[in-house]
Amino acid sequence: MSDYYATVAALLCGMAVIGLFRAHDLLHRILALNVLASAVFLLLVTLARTESGTDPVPHVMVLTGIVVAVSTTAAALALTIRAYERRRQREDER
Amino acid sequence: MTLAQWSFDLLLAGGLLWLGWQALFEKRRFSAVVHFMAFNLLMALVWVRLSAPDIALAEAAIGAGVTGALLLTALGRLPSGTSSGAHPHRWHPHWRYLAVISACISTAWLIAVVPQLPSPGLAGEIEAVMPATGVDHAVTAVLLNIRALDTLLEVAVMLAAVVLVWSLGPTLRPLPPATILPGLPALSRLLHPLFLLVPTYLLWRGTHAPGGAFPAGAVLGAGGVLMLLADEVGWMQRQHWQRLLRLLLVSGLALFVLVGLGGLLMTGTFLSIPLGVARLLIMAVEIAMALSIALMLMALYLYGEPGQ
Repeated sequence: MSDYYATVAALLCGMAVIGLFRAHDLLHRILALNVLASAVFLLLVTLARTESGTDPVPHVMVLTGIVVAVSTTAAALALTIRAYERRRQREDER
Repeated sequence: MTLAQWSFDLLLAGGLLWLGWQALFEKRRFSAVVHFMAFNLLMALVWVRLSAPDIALAEAAIGAGVTGALLLTALGRLPSGTSSGAHPHRWHPHWRYLAVISACISTAWLIAVVPQLPSPGLAGEIEAVMPATGVDHAVTAVLLNIRALDTLLEVAVMLAAVVLVWSLGPTLRPLPPATILPGLPALSRLLHPLFLLVPTYLLWRGTHAPGGAFPAGAVLGAGGVLMLLADEVGWMQRQHWQRLLRLLLVSGLALFVLVGLGGLLMTGTFLSIPLGVARLLIMAVEIAMALSIALMLMALYLYGEPGQ
């Protein structure tokens, strides 16, 4: 079953990379980065399942990764909103 | 494996790929964001299937809950057009085809090579040092004792994100959704006891079973964001609460560093906890971390510095 989900993770990785470079919209880029992060997390957790039992270290890496991902998403979204508001102010002044 | 499990896995993977595709290639922003939130909910199911309940709990609260709220709020503030960034330089079509083809080839290569990847396989080593960590659940042991430095730095990254978001300007107003929802305050009041009960249970569980600071902080933070949506957290904006708010935001990191320095004094190694006090100290750090994570998630949701 690990191999099956690892294949899904690899497919998602490929899709997310294409989506990331194809997107013109900043919000779509942030979404693509998040999908890419989920795909990498999935890959890590599938690697954690070995014959000798489940390895907790990748699980911990994914847990911290999820929290870091939400922090970077919030920071990127805040920057996007501010950039847009500045641009609108400039256009209003003109 | 039974037929039912196979068909469930097949449906789950199919749904994941379809929702991922929609989130990535759907032109309308709102539709992409909603597909992404559903994608995260399915991811939580996948974590359950892969027997990673800790991650499932955190993903359901953070991935589908808080990230979704962040994205939807940002969506309300961006113009309805298709592009919000600087207009990027358009490449010649040849280059674009070349890029897509090379991405497809690397994906195919990744699929071919993934089953042969060496597994890290630290399960045995972790099992061997478990008695010296003071807790019974392997994920909590790794998170707060064996690899505590990673967790410490992760909290620092999160605090840095809060500082970055707050440094951009005052809180964006109006905070609640543009349309007044009469049911929202009542609903958040009704759900609030649950949002306190569930994290407390998860914290208590963390020492011996799936749970702990991360899922607890995530659930508490998701509840907090719901309160912010209902405009029930007035104290965060008030001037005389600002110092306490900042103190609470850094409390998780500060206590963690103090424990690390205490370990340095007692055993000579930064962040190494003597077995006698390990359980108690891990519990204390977990509580402070859960509160900090919850408050930081709420702080990020404000999209600016409160009290300005």
